Amino acid sequence: MIMKRLFGSDAMALWFLACLLVVTVLVGVLNLATPADSALHVPTYLVALLGKYLCYAILALSIDLVWGYVGILSLGHGAFFALGGYAMGMYLMRQIGPRGVYGDPVLPDFMVFLNWKELPWYWLGFDNFLFAMVMVALVPGILAFVFGYLAFRSRVTGVYLSIITQAMTYALLLAFFRNDMGFGGNNGLTDFKDLLGFNLQTDGMRVALFAASALALALCYLLCLWITRSRFGKVLIAVRDAESRTRFMGYRVEGYKLAAFTLSAVMAGVAGALYVPQVGIINPGEFAPQNSIEAVVWVAVGGRGTLVGAAVGAIVVNFGKTVFTGVLPELWLFALGGLFVFVTLLMPKGIVGTVPQLLDMMRSRKAQNAGETAKPEAPRPAAE
Amino acid sequence: MSTRFTKWLAGAVLGATAMVGATFGARAEETIKIGVLHSLSGTMAISETTLKDVMLMLIDEQNKKGGVLGKKLEAVVVDPASNWPLFAEKARQLISQDKVSAVFGCWTSVSRKSVLPVFEELNNILFYPVQYEGEESSRNIFYTGAAPNQQAIPAVDYLMAEEGVKRWVLAGTDYVYPRTTNKILEAYLKAKGVAADDIMINYTPFGHSDWQTIVADIKKFGSAGKKTAVVSTINGDANVPFYKELANQGIKATDIPVVAFSVGEEELAGLDTSNLVGHLAAWNYFMSVDVPENAEFIKKWQAYTNNPKRVTNDPMEAHVIGFNMWVKAVEKAGTTDPDKVIDALIGVSVPNLSGGYSTMMPNHHITKPVLIGEIKADGQFDIVSQTPGLIMGDEWSDYLEGSKDLISDWRAPLKCGNFNVATGKCGGSGK
Amino acid sequence: MVISTLSRLRRLCLIAMAILTLAGAGAIGQARAQDVQDTLKLFSGSYDDIQKGIEALAVSGQPTAIEILQALTDNRLLAGADGSLVYKDAAGALHDAATGTVVAAEPAGAKPVRANNRIRRAVEAALGQLTLVSPDPAKRLEAALSVFKSKDQTALPLIETALARETDAKVKTALERAKAALVLYGPGEEPAKLAAVEVIAAQGDQDALAMLAATPSPSPALAAAIKDASDAIEGRLALWSGVQSFYYGISLGSVLLLAAIGLAITFGVMGVINMAHGEMVMIGAYTTFVVQDIIRNSAPWLFDYSLAIALPLAFLVSGAVGILIERVIIRFLYGRPLETLLATFGLSLVLQQAVRSLFGPTNREVGNPAWMSGAFDLGGLTLTYNRMWIIVFSIVVLFVLMVVLRRTAFGLQMRAVTQNRRMAGSMGIRTNWVDMLTFGLGSGIAGIAGVALSQIDNVSPNLGQGYIIDSFMVVVFGGVGNLWGTLVGAMTLGITNKLLEPVAGAVLGKIFVLVALVLFIQRKPRGLFPQKGRAVER
Repeated sequence: MIMKRLFGSDAMALWFLACLLVVTVLVGVLNLATPADSALHVPTYLVALLGKYLCYAILALSIDLVWGYVGILSLGHGAFFALGGYAMGMYLMRQIGPRGVYGDPVLPDFMVFLNWKELPWYWLGFDNFLFAMVMVALVPGILAFVFGYLAFRSRVTGVYLSIITQAMTYALLLAFFRNDMGFGGNNGLTDFKDLLGFNLQTDGMRVALFAASALALALCYLLCLWITRSRFGKVLIAVRDAESRTRFMGYRVEGYKLAAFTLSAVMAGVAGALYVPQVGIINPGEFAPQNSIEAVVWVAVGGRGTLVGAAVGAIVVNFGKTVFTGVLPELWLFALGGLFVFVTLLMPKGIVGTVPQLLDMMRSRKAQNAGETAKPEAPRPAAE
Repeated sequence: MSTRFTKWLAGAVLGATAMVGATFGARAEETIKIGVLHSLSGTMAISETTLKDVMLMLIDEQNKKGGVLGKKLEAVVVDPASNWPLFAEKARQLISQDKVSAVFGCWTSVSRKSVLPVFEELNNILFYPVQYEGEESSRNIFYTGAAPNQQAIPAVDYLMAEEGVKRWVLAGTDYVYPRTTNKILEAYLKAKGVAADDIMINYTPFGHSDWQTIVADIKKFGSAGKKTAVVSTINGDANVPFYKELANQGIKATDIPVVAFSVGEEELAGLDTSNLVGHLAAWNYFMSVDVPENAEFIKKWQAYTNNPKRVTNDPMEAHVIGFNMWVKAVEKAGTTDPDKVIDALIGVSVPNLSGGYSTMMPNHHITKPVLIGEIKADGQFDIVSQTPGLIMGDEWSDYLEGSKDLISDWRAPLKCGNFNVATGKCGGSGK
Repeated sequence: MVISTLSRLRRLCLIAMAILTLAGAGAIGQARAQDVQDTLKLFSGSYDDIQKGIEALAVSGQPTAIEILQALTDNRLLAGADGSLVYKDAAGALHDAATGTVVAAEPAGAKPVRANNRIRRAVEAALGQLTLVSPDPAKRLEAALSVFKSKDQTALPLIETALARETDAKVKTALERAKAALVLYGPGEEPAKLAAVEVIAAQGDQDALAMLAATPSPSPALAAAIKDASDAIEGRLALWSGVQSFYYGISLGSVLLLAAIGLAITFGVMGVINMAHGEMVMIGAYTTFVVQDIIRNSAPWLFDYSLAIALPLAFLVSGAVGILIERVIIRFLYGRPLETLLATFGLSLVLQQAVRSLFGPTNREVGNPAWMSGAFDLGGLTLTYNRMWIIVFSIVVLFVLMVVLRRTAFGLQMRAVTQNRRMAGSMGIRTNWVDMLTFGLGSGIAGIAGVALSQIDNVSPNLGQGYIIDSFMVVVFGGVGNLWGTLVGAMTLGITNKLLEPVAGAVLGKIFVLVALVLFIQRKPRGLFPQKGRAVER
């Protein structure tokens, strides 16, 4: 019953989750249970890399929720991602304890050499894992709530909203660059040792983090799926397609938008928190507006308003980036930039939207030969 | 959605996984691989691309001499795209997938901080060629650029002695290198009897391009009747607009000299220097050093890049020294195994390009001469001062409270990067 | 040839005057040949020796003194291993330093005499003394200023002589100030010093303040006078510094305006979110580089006109690239602004990398023509020429653009198409054509902005990145589709930023501006000057 409600008639969601499960188990087992020289061995490097892709996929999912289903194009989601990451990073910094280069039991290294005498108040409590995890969700959530409340209440929409989200992340970028802020300035937070007492650099921990990312992706996906299939989700889609009309029908559009935006920010924060221990550093560069735009591009490449597409887009683009920065170090920007142009021009529905279309076309050709007609395509999000 | 598509999707995911495996699978080892980890795109490409070319040239040249240990060297170039997490990812890729024997790379401190845990975890070697803030010593990193005592302090000494400077502006970009350098300088100047009123510290963001206010402030600060100088740790892109504003507001080197630690021949190549004659820079190498080793290197470099106007600079020399040290250490150890090479590197001595020898010290920093140069109208430096001997890189500054008791010695009995001489323990100041 | 003979004659005349003045003032007697040789030997020694040599030369009455000193600053002075000294003249001929006669070959082991800042300062001071009586008023002014700076007591008799015969008012004031400085720093009596303080205080600038602050061992009365004078100057300067900050704000605003103005067309009028706008600016800057490079190599005399040549070229190049982009990409995406954003973002990556491959990743040198270099004083303000011309230029561009939009047929068609595409089409306007040209115009103006920005910023592949966010802020803040809004927006942001900078620092100032902007958009979601009418709800 619940399954039916969640997945509706199409099986894409199930397939997506199944693939995720298979890959996660396969990667985990092949990394831990096979010897390093075996042909089947999945190197640890790859585990960390895939874990990173999954975190990006969660970020992309959170963007798709607000862009694909509510029509809010946020060019500042990287800020929520980074804030979640910083909350996690602060916890990890506190876990270093006296193992920093100066051996100070409380202060992180960068505070020691800036001559800080005690921990600033906003660092208090971050030695507690639960507190840190609450902050991972709360800090981006609160920022999104306040920002969204102000913006949606005064009906800032469309490109105006996109530009001010960009201003927000840019302001945060500049703020976190300042060494006086107490977040390590440009160097950010790095040299992490432990998470919950387990050494971050062991293979087991990497697989665990990878599995946690996969689980988080699955949960976020289910949550998004549930939301978009629910009555609440229908209103969101109505807001996307005709905001004024929805308002005139008596819905409090602002409330709906705000709820979706805040939830999406929390998801981005969680993604950031999982990202940081796997890449080993969080620094203000994550706030760069370019990063947020790039994340939106992943969604566009995968297919906006499809959820699965967001995740697929994030993984495909980042996989391409990994390959091309190694194989074509001088030319990869041409490939990446060209891909963006290509996708927007020739694949406006993204990979997930275009590929089945092609397959359907092929099938309908075959079907026509057999004397059948193809069934009509499912409705897609309208253009802006 | 059609089941056909979902099947396609599943296939694609599995296929991609297989492809990743294939792409990064281990290859047969016939050559010795060397990783080159410099940004070729993004904001740092402006400085780092040159270093990649230097490495390619050096490796090429070594191969013409027959390689190392009878094997050819092979460069593995990747682009971390000025993205700090990507540096860590690429470092991991170079070490665990490409199985490189050593990596030459990084420019910014944050990129080094980002890859440091990776090198320690996977036990490989990084040669870091850029002047930096010190306060670090890792078993797996060899610092061939200058520590603050190999650049900043001799420069300040020169200005005090030669120009009689009494008042100081410490202007920098707001990140860790300028912060630390300025802290060290502030402590040093105060120890030399400079009053707090006579030190002005100013930080600006990366890529700052509107210098009108700050240059006017410097001018004002400089008109208090005492000889004033600016010590600039302004980074990269922000320098060009800074110097243009200086020139336009008519601040001449004879009035308020600016001594910079991040401005070299490459940076000046983008500037009209005729109005900047006499402003200074402190490095361990200048292209204008008049010795045969340097002339030969410049000739080779210009031939390699096919550009007779191509300049050389200090981080390039650092890579030359680092590479030659690595080659010598590998030959000494008879293997490229990082553990053995790390031990063999200490004490290795190779010619530098300023006519002397640089030696790798037990703290993984090298000995260098300090040169002070004045900018000439042709974009080169006129070397006006050179330390009589070589100066050893001091990783833990004596002028900072947190680190004055720390030393680093990676030789056998001690093997510690942050040994506290006061408590006799390894592991920092341990309050 | 004639010119060089003339200038040599003039120089001879000048030296003769300097010698006469020196002799007449009795500063020092006739130099003997042996002394000259000793003095010139000093130039082969350490910096200390060279400095002594320069000081001795300045008062020696040596006829070739000016030649020697000028050769020293230009690296044309050579010292042989035996201590003999020769200098090259501008034409490259060698002269013996002691006699000025042409010599055939460099002495054995000749090396250029090196100069550092201390030596350069000494040379400036010495030349100051030697050229106080130059026939060229500009040189005399410079000389007076350098004496003011060097405070070299030996120049006092010279200054008095020069003052007595000076006719040029400006030079006279400078000489009086130089004299006052010498008196203030000299061994003179208190009344004379008090008078000197007044003269210096009248100057009322930073230099005067510095001069007063460093007065050696003032008596109580003198100290009081100095304090009063300093306070007065400081009060005046504080007042001016407010004005100066405001001016800096306008200057920053004009840069923002230039960067944003093309975007105001493509984004504001057409509704295309062009993330590659910054790269159009960059292309304009690189066009300037190419133009200057060609001029440097083949026609150096044109250098001062290089910007004038680059302007139309930059407009054409960027405009052509813009038209190409419009034809190949953007025209398929009209009505889908967010997808244009993504496509143009990809395009900006491609363009950056293309420039990086073509021109290399490092900064390229774009020089300032003479009329863009330096600064002048206006009241208590120091205005740099390049910033001033950029302000003027940005305003001119804005007005030309307004005229194009409001007074030309093309502008009319453009407005018609953006207001109601279908109706405009029905009226016979080739909307397709107009779209293309409009985008080309916006891009071309971005290219022009690049020419201006090349004068104050890096010319590197990252140039555009630095301006893109600010440009969008300006357009959105001012109100999309309104050029006046863009002007007011740019100026407001620039001035706010610069007024905040002295108080909060550069970084915090910028953060405050961004936060204020976000809050402002919440209050007025469509900017300062919102578009009115039903067409707004797109």
